[in-house]
Amino acid sequence: MARAAVLGRLTWRVATVSAVRDETATARTLVLDVPGWPGHEAGQHVDVRLTAPDGYTAVRSYSIASVAAEPGAPTAGPGASADTVTGGEQIEITVEQVEDGEVSTYLAGVAGAGDQLEVRGPIGGWFAWRATQSEPVQLIGGGSGVVPLMAMVRARAAAASPAPFRLLYSTRRPQSVIYRSELERRAADGLPLTLVYTRAVPPGWSRPPGRVDAALLASATFPPSEMPTCYVCGPTPFVEAVADQLLSAGHDPGRVRTERFGGLS
Amino acid sequence: MNPLDGNAAAGELRTIFAVDVTAAMGQCVGCGQTAPLGAARAYQQAPGLVLRCSGCDAVLLRVVAGPDRTWLDGRGLAYLQFDTSPS
Repeated sequence: MARAAVLGRLTWRVATVSAVRDETATARTLVLDVPGWPGHEAGQHVDVRLTAPDGYTAVRSYSIASVAAEPGAPTAGPGASADTVTGGEQIEITVEQVEDGEVSTYLAGVAGAGDQLEVRGPIGGWFAWRATQSEPVQLIGGGSGVVPLMAMVRARAAAASPAPFRLLYSTRRPQSVIYRSELERRAADGLPLTLVYTRAVPPGWSRPPGRVDAALLASATFPPSEMPTCYVCGPTPFVEAVADQLLSAGHDPGRVRTERFGGLS
Repeated sequence: MNPLDGNAAAGELRTIFAVDVTAAMGQCVGCGQTAPLGAARAYQQAPGLVLRCSGCDAVLLRVVAGPDRTWLDGRGLAYLQFDTSPS
C-alpha cells in the first residue's frame, strides 16, 4: 500500500472517543474518531498522549485492533461491525488496565464517549501483516499482546486472504481472554486457535496451568519446515521466552517478528 | 530496564522522517549484521532513545528531543536501505 510508505512527518491529531466496549473485567476497547486518519495496516500502533490541566503529559503506545476500510470505501455500516472494519476516520484500540498505570487506568476505566485525547500514527511497518503476504502466519500472543494479532486475523478475513493462519493465545485465566466470543466464532469458522492458561484453567481442561513451552509450540504451531512468518506480542519476558523457543526449534530469525510491551502503563 | 523492540521507536522517528525508518534495513557498523531497525533493541528509559543492534548490542542510533530541537546520532549505522516500491 503506497499510502503507508510515504506519509510525511507525523503530527498529533485530536481524537474523540465515540464508544467504549468492555472486553474483560480489566480491558476495554475504545472506538476513536480521528479526523484525517490516513489508514493503517494490521499490526501497527498509535501513540496516545494525555495532557493534564497543569500541562503534564504522558505518552503510551497502543496497538490498533480494528481493520482499516479500503480507501474510498464508505464508512462501515452495521453489517460490517462483526468484522470490526472501521470507517476511514475511525480506529479501535483495546487497553488492558495495568495496576497504578497513569494512562491505562484512565483509558480502561474512566474515558467515555465524547472525551478527547491526542493520537499519533499509524506507526510501525515492521510488526505488520499485509494481505499481499501469502505464506503461513503463526500468531502468538500473551495477555493484551493479542490485540495487534486480532487486527491481523480481522484483516485476513476482510481481505478474504487464503494465507493459512494459526493463533496461540496465552492468558492467566479463562476470564482474562480478550475478544473471547469473536475468537470462538472465528475458531468455529476454521481459524486454528489454541488457548493457554498460566494460572487457572476451566473445568476439564486438558493442560494444567502453565506457560507456553517447546512441547506446546511443537504441537500447536506451524513447524519451521512450512516457513511461517511468526508474530509474537506480549510482555517482554513472554516474548523473549517464546522467540527463543521458536529459534531453538529452527525457525528463521528473519521470520520471527516481535513486539514487546514495556514496563510502562 | 528491559529493552523494547525497534518498532517502539517508530513514533519518535516518524516525527523526524517522512518514512517509517523501523521498516528500513540497516547495517551495523560494529558487526556488519543487516536487519530491519524494527528488529533492533530500543531503550527508552534514558533522556533520549537508543537503538542497539540485536546481534552485537552496539549502539546503532540515538535520538534526543529537546523542547525546540532534536539530535540524531547515527554513527552506528553503515547505511539504511528503504523500500520505495509502489506496492
